[in-house]
Order: sequence, then structure tokens, then C-alpha cells
Amino acid sequence: MESRAASSAIDPAANSGAELIDQLGTVLYIGGAAIFVVVMILAIYGVYGKGRAISARRWLIGGGLVFPAVTLTALMIYSLAVGNGLAAIGTSNALQLFLDCFGLGSTENTRAVPDGVLRIHVIGKQWWWEVRYEQPGSAERIVLANEIRLPTNQAVELVLSSSDVIHSFWAPSLAGKVDMIPGRTTRLRLQTSQEGTFRAMCAEYCGGQHALMALYVVTEDPNEFNTWLTRQSQPITAPTDSFLKLGQDAFFKGGCQSCHTIRGTPANGTVGPDLTHVGSRKSLAAGALDNHIGTTAGWIAGPQEVKPGNKMPEASVYTGTELRALSAWLGSLQ
Amino acid sequence: MVMLAGCAGDGESLPRVSGGDAERGRVVLDRYQCGVCHVIPGVPSAFGKVGPALDQYAQRPYLAGKFPNEPETLVRWILDAPSMAPQTAMPAIAMSHQDARDAAAYLYTSD
Repeated sequence: MESRAASSAIDPAANSGAELIDQLGTVLYIGGAAIFVVVMILAIYGVYGKGRAISARRWLIGGGLVFPAVTLTALMIYSLAVGNGLAAIGTSNALQLFLDCFGLGSTENTRAVPDGVLRIHVIGKQWWWEVRYEQPGSAERIVLANEIRLPTNQAVELVLSSSDVIHSFWAPSLAGKVDMIPGRTTRLRLQTSQEGTFRAMCAEYCGGQHALMALYVVTEDPNEFNTWLTRQSQPITAPTDSFLKLGQDAFFKGGCQSCHTIRGTPANGTVGPDLTHVGSRKSLAAGALDNHIGTTAGWIAGPQEVKPGNKMPEASVYTGTELRALSAWLGSLQ
Repeated sequence: MVMLAGCAGDGESLPRVSGGDAERGRVVLDRYQCGVCHVIPGVPSAFGKVGPALDQYAQRPYLAGKFPNEPETLVRWILDAPSMAPQTAMPAIAMSHQDARDAAAYLYTSD
């Protein structure tokens, strides 16, 4: 079950932005704990200590000015470097990052996306995610929903936006949290060397089904990724099996094409998720359900029980056989 | 049918699924998200209305309104409902024989 997919900011994926954030956190926890212990020792010493008193002036200057100034300056430089590191994953080196903290590095170099970096547009909607892959040398984008795949060891840039209310994209194991704001685009770099499935979620309350707005990020070997992307770019082929044919007919009988696109068929609705390769996805309804024939049938016949208030109406036109055939056909769209 | 007669509330005479583990069955029903379509007491988020509610299942004389509610019939139904009733909306979900036995065992604990 995909709900066991990794989703932890304190157990980040290898060589990811989340790892930088986790290291920063560790430094802060340990440093904060050390300062706390020293202050407590001094407090106890102040009450029970029998030694010679230290002058108030020394305390004020040493403990009140010098120590905080040195500590906070060091932390600021470190956290700025982490911030720059997150913004420039895959494009920069440590020296550039450090110089950039003082405005000495070339901002253009560190922020520019190198040639060929994969750019993925993620559009937050109540309550799912539209995902569009830019294709090199083509204006047409590959559209899918509720799932992002990435090649390992390669930086990708997510271009985040929203078509309704404020959402927030957060894959705790991979990177920090970035808001998706109507009328604006925000950006987030992702990179990791680890293959796996990671759960991302909406991290800004966006309405009744906010809690059921998740997405899976699958990282895989670049070759596998390219195979997957090529397949995603292709339209579907008409089924030859008679049961699957019945399912495709049921899709149009139910009017599903008003909201959904399936490339390779006349269905070109844009209100709901593109279903061209829905059978290949990890989940249905933005992480609310695993993806198999039973959940597909249940979602089609009773979407309002699973996510009350979502825009998908209950389909009440199908015979039992048609419902099964439709679910089987959608599952076959790999 | 004999074992169902007049045994409401008497746990001793519930139908038994041989080789089925009811506690494991509860996990199976959750894992396959059967609750998308069915109300199943004790299973998280199982409040679907697409299929029949499966509460008090041990007391129900019929399965799918057609077959006597007997353990082996229920196991077959869970594994491949369409082969028994071609008009049914319940798909055959790919699961192991053992998972189906465990799920059936759990359903019979609901009386």
C-alpha cells in the first residue's frame, strides 16, 4: 500500500534538499541543547557557587554581546548557504553558494537552469494536482495527475501554481515546503540519488478535502524514467478485448469525457484529471485510494463517500457489468 | 443454513472459515480498501455505499441476494464475484486465496 511511502523530514532521501534542511535542523538542536545546558550550569553556579564574583560588565559584553553576535552570525551564514543550496540544487558548487551569501557570487549563474533540466509544472486544484512535463523541443506538454516521476541524480525544477485557492507542495523526504499561490508561480528544485516512492501532500489548508490531497513522487533510474516518459507522451490504443471495449463505451455513455481527457480518444475535458495513463499511477483521487480495479469501481460509483464535496459526480448510469468493464479498461491504460 | 438458524449472539456457533484468521482478515479488508464500497464495522474508513453493508454479516441468510451464506461460497465470491454472478458490480480483485479466507473469517465475526 502506497500510504507507506516515505514521508519524513527527519529521515530524508539521500542527497536531497531535505537532507540539507535536516542537517541544519540537527545543528540547531544540538547547538540549542548545548547553550541550554551551559545556561543551566551557570544558573546553578550562580545560586550555589562559592567562587569569586565575575564583574557584571564582563558578563554583559561577553555573554550578552560577543557570544550571540558570533553564534548568530555563523548560523545566519550557514542557513543562508542552505537556502541558496536548496534554490540552486544541481546548478552550483559549495564555493559559489558561499560567495553568493555575501552577494559576491554571480546570481545569474546559480539561479539559471542548466540546459536540458527537466521542468515540471504542478498546478494545485481542489483537491488534486495536475502535472505537466515540458518536453525538449516541443511546446506540447505531457499531462498527468497526482504523480511525479523523477530520474535519480538529476535536478528537476517544479514550477508551482494554483488554479483556485492557496495550496502548498511538500514532499518532506525530498525538499522544503513551497506555497502554490493563485496568480503567481513559485519554484522548487528536487534532486536525490535514492530510488523510491515518496509521499507529498498539500500543506496549506485548502478546503474540506485538504487532508486527502496527496501525491506520490517516484524516483527511478534515468533509463527507466525515460522509458516511462516516452510512454506517457503517447496516446492510448483502442482495446481489442470485447470486455475492455465495453468499458471504453461505458466511459462515453457516462459522459466522463466532459471532464476528463484521454489522449487517443475523443475525450478532451479539462475540469478533472487527465486519465490517459491512469492505470500506471500509484493512486486514485490524489492519494486517497490505492489504484486497483476495486477502488476504481468504488470511486466511479461513489466518489462523494470517499471525498465528500469533490467535483466528481456519482455515476449512476452503469450496470454492474459496465462498471466493472469501465474499471478494467481504465486500469489497462498503462 | 442449519448453523445460521437461531444462533444470533451466540459466538460459539458462528460459521467458521477453515484456515481463516479473522484478525488478519481485518487488515486484508483495510489493505484492499474494500470499505470504498462497503460498510464494514471495525475497518477504518469503511463506510462506502456502493455495495451492501457488511455489518451483522454472520446473521445474513443470503450472499449477494442469491447464494446461501456459507463460508466456502463467501470465499469464492470475494475472489471472483463475476464468475458467480455476471451482472454484479463487484470486480474480481487480485488477491491470494489466503487473503480471501482471512477476509471471510473477519466478516463472520460481525454478528
